[in-house]
This record gives sequence, structure tokens and C-alpha cells, in this order.
Amino acid sequence: MTQQNQIQKNAAKTKTYYIISFVLVSIVAIAFAFPLYWIITGAFKTGAEINATTPVWVPSEWVMDNFNRLMSKRTAPLFELTLGKFVIAGPVVPAAIRWLVNTVFMSVSSMLLTCLTAAMAGYVLAKKNFWGRGIVFSLIVCAMALPKQVILIPLLREMSGLHLYDTMWAVIFPIVGWPFGVFLLKQFAEGIPTEMVEACRIDGASEWRTFTDVMFPMIKPGVGACAIFTFINSWNDYFMQLIMLTSNKNLTISLGIATMQAENSTDFGLLMAGSALAAVPIIIVFLIFQKYFTKGITMGAVKG
Amino acid sequence: MKKLIALALALIMVMSLGACTVTNTDSTTATDGKTPVSTDGTGDTTAAAAPVEISLWTYPIGKWGDQATVNELLASFSEAYPNIKVNVEYLTYQDGDDKVNTAIEGNAAPDLIMEGPERLVANWGAKGKMVDLSDLWTDETKADIEANNAAVAAACKWTDGAYYEYPLCMTTHCMAINKTVFEKAGAMQYINAETHTWTTENFLKAVQAVYDAGYENVGAVFCGGQGGDQGTRAIVNNLYSGHFTNEDFSGYTINTPENIQALETLVKQDGINFDPAIVGGDEITLFRNGTLQMAFCWNIGEQLKSENAEAGRTNNGDEIMFMAFPSDDNVPELCGGIWGFGVFNNGDDAKIEAAKTFIKYMCDENPTAAVKASNFFPVKASVKDVYAGETSETVMNEYSKLSGFLGAYYQVIPGWATARTEWWNMLQKVGAGEDIAAAVAAFDTNANAATAG
Amino acid sequence: MTNQKVTYNKKTRKLMIHETVTSYLFLLPFLLFFVGFVIYPMFMCLFTSFFDATMGREDIFIGFQNYVTLFNDPIFWKALWNTLIIVVVSVPLTCIFSLWVASVISKMHVAATSAFRCIFYLPVVTGSVAVTMVWKWMFNNYYGIFNYIGTNTGLLEKNINWLGDERFALACIILILLTTSVGQPIVLYVSALDNVDKSLVEAAEVDGATQMQAFWKIKWPQMMPTTLYILVITTINSFQCFALIQLLTSGGPNNSTMTIMYYIYYNAFKLYKYGYGNAMGVILAIIIAVLSAVQFKLGQEK
Repeated sequence: MTQQNQIQKNAAKTKTYYIISFVLVSIVAIAFAFPLYWIITGAFKTGAEINATTPVWVPSEWVMDNFNRLMSKRTAPLFELTLGKFVIAGPVVPAAIRWLVNTVFMSVSSMLLTCLTAAMAGYVLAKKNFWGRGIVFSLIVCAMALPKQVILIPLLREMSGLHLYDTMWAVIFPIVGWPFGVFLLKQFAEGIPTEMVEACRIDGASEWRTFTDVMFPMIKPGVGACAIFTFINSWNDYFMQLIMLTSNKNLTISLGIATMQAENSTDFGLLMAGSALAAVPIIIVFLIFQKYFTKGITMGAVKG
Repeated sequence: MKKLIALALALIMVMSLGACTVTNTDSTTATDGKTPVSTDGTGDTTAAAAPVEISLWTYPIGKWGDQATVNELLASFSEAYPNIKVNVEYLTYQDGDDKVNTAIEGNAAPDLIMEGPERLVANWGAKGKMVDLSDLWTDETKADIEANNAAVAAACKWTDGAYYEYPLCMTTHCMAINKTVFEKAGAMQYINAETHTWTTENFLKAVQAVYDAGYENVGAVFCGGQGGDQGTRAIVNNLYSGHFTNEDFSGYTINTPENIQALETLVKQDGINFDPAIVGGDEITLFRNGTLQMAFCWNIGEQLKSENAEAGRTNNGDEIMFMAFPSDDNVPELCGGIWGFGVFNNGDDAKIEAAKTFIKYMCDENPTAAVKASNFFPVKASVKDVYAGETSETVMNEYSKLSGFLGAYYQVIPGWATARTEWWNMLQKVGAGEDIAAAVAAFDTNANAATAG
Repeated sequence: MTNQKVTYNKKTRKLMIHETVTSYLFLLPFLLFFVGFVIYPMFMCLFTSFFDATMGREDIFIGFQNYVTLFNDPIFWKALWNTLIIVVVSVPLTCIFSLWVASVISKMHVAATSAFRCIFYLPVVTGSVAVTMVWKWMFNNYYGIFNYIGTNTGLLEKNINWLGDERFALACIILILLTTSVGQPIVLYVSALDNVDKSLVEAAEVDGATQMQAFWKIKWPQMMPTTLYILVITTINSFQCFALIQLLTSGGPNNSTMTIMYYIYYNAFKLYKYGYGNAMGVILAIIIAVLSAVQFKLGQEK
């Protein structure tokens, strides 16, 4: 009798708790979605409405001015390939397009290079016993949280010494060198039964075959997670881009928009239009790979 | 999947090849001494004798930050000098300094840069990064510039006697009021609309009148960073005729009763807030959208801007009137802006020569178009009627009344970068209610320590 | 007996050499980047920290002078304190908040869960600069949305200059940091909650345990690995918080949002004190290395 009561009481309590929580979460969710909503609507507002003193929730008229300005103010060749003395330049397009191309190139290259190097390194750190393993792994763990600001000055001098300053590679290489991907994939690879690897070795497969045919498919979800993580991180890595890139044709989208600001005033319309443009590809990437992402990263984390 | 990755990697390799060689051709370091080839595919310049490619970085000085305008100027330049190719990059005041500094540190400084003496002379010039432009400063030029303003030449010259800037245009920085609101509040009686001046006493009365008329925020002493800080320096210095530096620009003189009194007055005055969340640019936005009724960061360029409303109007159509800073003796000393070119020493004589040719063309041979692009006034007395026939002509003429109030160009004092950051930090302390005398004393110590090193 | 041992040792030794060689071949691509662009600059950072390095002249060796100056610099201590506050406050807050959101949305219909998960992930993917600018507007003293709603609903007596007030600025930064960092933890916790052994929970409920009890006694311990992983990534994230400060406050007002990361940047590129900035970097790196090591050790023990 008392137990029955107790269960009912608990159920009622739980229900109220969930209703309140649901309402709260919904409110918070609105707050989270708001910046993006504001960026997208802001991209279509007139300058006066963007700077209005009372918030204009929905643009009274949807104008393309901001996009026109974004597209007309600067130009750059779509791409440039240099082979020795010959320069193959693409057609001249609005610089914003070039910046998007640059940003995608940067993020995709960092992603691919990181995944490849991290998968290889993660595999041996998890499955092999070798001299210096402890030291390498400790270095990785210690360097993982290191903010780039710390190594900023030496890195800058190094890049200029290597003639990489003001190229995409100056941004990509430090991202690839950042050891988080290795850590992630090492944790992931540890979850793969060692017997599988050993069985493959006994069958006489080479080290490389073991890696490509057995290990890699097994840690694929982890690699997927690592890929998305790197992609988003490099896309948002404003700081390194700011320091390393200068020429108009080498800028990334967020940096490019920043350089289009006039003296003494921030052109919010332009900023919003550019950001809306920049947000679209990455949101698409997230939506497409969402499942992969969730699965991969969870498996890695839970096993770790 | 594997094929896809392989393909992508191959693509990266090819692109990397491209990227790396692009650095060489576009390299501003010129350490390899190779003659760069034209990248625009026209092939004209490659045929000419000893073509040189130089890079120019501009801050957004009027339309010098606008690609279309600059391209026009460059087109006329390359007609005159077909074997010099100029690549332009555009900087902003927000992160431009950081970019130039990192580029210097990365051995990738531009050949030419366009800005004012506080950067070209007192900062990069003082650090030995710039080329001495004394050969451009002929006696004739000196006389021409001096006939217009005597302070310009001194500002472009560093203590070692070298000229690190060759000036093109100049203006005075001033402040602005929302005339419509001032009229409504009955505050126009405190203003000499003819000369655009007011005394400190009248300024305070006017602010009070606007505040009493229901405008809670009249002006803001912005101190979120260094952007537009000439405005906050000018208001503090002018109120009781204090000075920022001593006369020979060797030490900072903020720690004086006049300046302290000015800060105390501003803190006490209703309607004036110290705002560490904004910088000069934000202040202008707030002024334009009607939140603030006066702006301390203003100049002719702002007066002529017509992005969100007609030139000289706020977003909702109120009339904007530019004003000199208030001064107790009614003789304001306005900060000047002198913009021109400097040449970074990247160790390649051909590039330095080309850069000088460019400067001569813009400042001596064809100055009208170059000055007009800046929206400011020419530094040379001989360059006249730049804006004749333009819509801006009347405003420009009216604005030239302020030129007489141009004060000393003290921004070339040693330790300027430190003093600037100390300045807004000090204003933040004052605004937060800390003891003014102590905050000023701290500024004095830190800023003057920086003059030594 | 001894003979056998020798051959055994020899064999393992040979195997070990083989393993070591192959392992390093696998590690080589990564190590190239890691050593080249993390370890080497770190070493140079340590090296330069013993010099008075600035723009335009040769570096001058000054021994530990930079460190001495550093320990006497009140702004450094303030920055260190602020950095620790950001980490100490935002890390647990992120964990608790994301756990709460996850526990609520995981109970919903699959589509709703997915939608909410997406929404909470949006700030992560939309890019820091634009989102930061929107936040800057929201916190605006004169017409920002917080003051607008606050004063209109009577919650605030008068406008608060959120980012311009020493009392609130750091809290605002932490709040924004929170919104940009809970995305991934929520995704993780939702999955972790799905993977919890349901029969145990049901059994507990039959025994009259409240939801709360069931949660803390049964689900929470099972989610420990996820929590530890989230702790690691949020700690990293909090230390990387730089763009926010640069774009919103530049360390002000009155250094109340100055962090070590920003102070390094400030010294290096505003004041040209390279050696000094590097000395600070070394101290920060040591702190972070120790923290990471401790965190990882704790993780291993669990």
C-alpha cells in the first residue's frame, strides 16, 4: 500500500519535473539558436535596421544590399596554380568566393592530413609496445591543451623561415601537429580487441596491410569523429588565420570579412552576410555527418 | 573510400606545389632576389625592362581602403610606369597593426605602407624597419608643405633626422554634435556655430541642458581599446588646456592639475559615461543611431559618409554638426591626422626605388586624384581646389576653418605604443571610480618609463 | 636454464627492435608535424624566454630577468587568476548543464532529440567571429537585448553595461564560452544515456527508488568514462578561449577579463615584448601540462 503510494508519488513528481525541464530546455534552445537567426536575418536587413536602437526582429524589407557589397567590394582569382614560371590563374571572382574556397581547402586538408597521421600514430600507440612509447604519449597528453598563443612567436618566426608565412600551410601544419586527434584515436584503437590484430599478423600480413585492412576499418567511426572535430576546429581557428595570413587572395572567409570593415565603423550588414555565407557549408557538413559524428565520438569516449 | 582519400591527397600535393611557388613569386621578402613574374597573365610587364613588383598595404584612409578607387589610381600609375606592378592589400584599424607587426616578424613586411607618422615614424621607423625618405624631401617640397602647415615636416621626421614618411594628406580630428537634438534641448546658445567652437563652461552647460531634456546618454568617454583614442585625449587635454606631452616630445605630461581637473569634471558631469565596452568606432555607430548625442571621435571623413543616411545626417535624419573640442581659453588644440607613405626596408634596392617612384607619382606628380581618394586635405599648399565642383565642396570649405586649430603632432614621441594602451587602461580605472590622481600617476610612471626604451 | 633465458631475452630484444622501428615508421608522419610545429616552437619559446627580445634589434641574454619581472607583475597574476576562474567555473558548469539538457532531451521522441541536439550544436559550427559580434550586440549597454528585455519586464532597474562593468564582464565571457562549448558534451551525454543498462534502472524503480536516486546511483557511474572525456575536451576548450576576449573586451575593463593567452598576445604584438611573452607562455605551458597529466592520471585510475 505504502509502496504503491510511493511509486505514484514519485511518478507525479517526475512528471512535473519533466514538464518544467522541457519548458526550460526549450527556452535555452531558443537562446542558442538566436545568434544564427540574428545573423541570417541581419544579412538581409538595411544598415539602419541593423543599427536600430530597438531590436528589429524581422526585417521590414528583405534586401540583398549586404550580399551585393560582399560580392562587389573585392575581387580575386578563383584559384592559382604555379608551375615553375607559369601561373595558371582562375577567372576573377568576388573575393568572398575565393575566401570560401580557401577556407574549405584549409579545413579539408587539415582534416585529411590529421586523420591519416593520427590514425597511424593512434594505432601504434594503442597496440604496439616499443621503446619511447611512454615519453611520446606523455608529450602528447601534456601538449594537448596547450593554447597556440603560447608558441605564437616562435611559430611565426619558423613559418617565415620556411617561406610558409602567408600561405594556407602555415595554418594547416600546426593544426595537424596538434595531438588531440592522436589521443582520440589511440583511445579508440584500444577498444579494438588485440587478438584481431594478432590474428592478422599470424596470417602473415604486413604491418601496413594490418593497418589498412584490419585496423582502419575498425576505427573508422573514430576517424569520422576526428575528421569532423578537426574540420570544425580549423574552420573556426580565427587566431592562427589572423596571425599567419595577410594577402587578399590567401584570406579565409572570417578574416576576409574582417578586412572589409571601414575606418572607425563596423559594417554589421557585411559581417552578417559574410557569416551567413560562411555558416552554410559547415552546417551542411554537420547535418550530413551528424550520425557518424555522434556514433564515432561516443564510442571513442565511452571506451576511453 | 581509399581511392577518394588518395585522390584528395594527390590534389593537396598539387595545390601545395602551387601554394609554395605562389609564395615565391609574390614574396615580399625578396631574399631570393629573383625577379618575380607577372601573375595577372597580361604578359605586358614581363616584356618590359627589369619589371619590379611591389606590395602596398593601406589602412582604410577614406577611399584608399576601397578596391575600386585604388584600382583606378593604380591604373593611372601603371600607365605612367608600366614596369612597376603594385599589389595592394587592405588593412583595418582593428587588426592592421597586429598584421603589420606579425608580417615584420615573419619577414614579410610590405614594400610600401600608407598611414600616419605615429606608426610609420614613431613605431616602425623608430625600430629601424623603414627606409629614410630624405631624398624625396627636397627643399622645394619642404617649403611647399611648410606654407600650408609648419608642424607636418617635424612630424614625419624621427629623432635620428631621417624622414620615414612622405605625407599626402591631412586633416584635424574633431568632435560632433547632434544639432537637431541640441536645438530641441536649447543647447545651441552655448555654441559658436560660426567658428564651430565653444568654451569649457559652455560645453558643460550644453551637456547638462541636453541631459536635462531627457537624453540620458549625451556623450561617452570610450575606453575599450585604442581605436579612436585621439578623441578622448583631445577632450581631456583641451578642457583645461592641459597637454599630453611636453613640447619637445620627450615625456608625457598627463600628470598635471589641468588634466586631472578635466578628468574629474568629465566623471562628475551628468550625461557623460566612461564606457569600457566600446571604442571609437562603436561610439560613432551609437552617435549615428541616435543613442549618443555627441561623438568625440570625428573628422571630415565621417562628416561626409553617406552609408545609412545622407552625408551629415544621423540614421533618422538629424543634422550632424562638427565642432572643435571645448577649451577654457577658447583656443582649442586639435589633434591632426597626417597620412602618407612609408617604405619598409626589405633589402631590395630595386623595390625601394620602385616604391619611391610610386610615392613621387602619388604625392608630387598627380596629387589631386590621390588626395581626393582620401577625402582629406592636401598637405601641400600648391595642391589647390581638390574638391572643386564636388558635392562635398561646401562642407570641405567649412571644415577647413578647423585647420587653424591644429595643435602639435605629439604622436611621434618614443614609447607611443605603450602610452596608448596605458591611456585606455587609465580611463577604465577612472571610469570604474578609482582614485583619479593615483590612476594618472600610474599612467605617468608607465608611459614615461617606456620613453626610455 | 640460463641458456634459455638468454635466447628468450635475445628474441624479445629483437622483437622489440622490430616493433620499435615499425612503430616509429607509423608515428613518423605525425611526429614530423608534432615536433616541427608544436615541440620545436615550444622549445624556442623556452629559449627566447631568457632573452630580452623585441622588434628591430638583436636579442639580449638576460637570464631569468623575464621571470622575475613576471612574478612581480600584478597584471600577470590577475590574468592567471582569471584564466583559472574561467577554467574552474566553465568546466564543471559545462558538464552539469550538458548533462541536464541531455537527460531532458534523451527522454523525447527521436526526432525531437535530434532537433534539440542540432540546436545546441549550432553555436559551435557557426563560427566564432560572427557569433561573438551578435553577443556583443546582445550585451550592448544602450540597446542590447538583455537590457531591452530586462528593463521592459522590470527585472532591471536601469541598463547595465554588461561588458563594461568589472563585476559582470568575466561572467559574460564565461556565459558565451559556455554556449560555444556545450554542443559536443550534450551529444555525448545523450548517447551515453542511451547506452545505460535499462534493466538495472527498471529494477531500481520497482524497488521504489526515485528518478533522482536511480540516476545518481545507477546511470551516473556508468557514464563516468564519458564525463572524464568531456572534462578533458572542455578544459582544452576553456584554455583556448581567446577570440572572445580579443573581440569583446581586449582584456578590460580594468583587466577584469585579462587572461594569460590574451596577455601573451598583448605583450608580443602591442608592446613588442617577445621575450616577456614567451616567459609567460612557458609558465602557462607548465601549468597546463601538470593539469593535463593529473587529469589523465585520474582518468586512468577510474
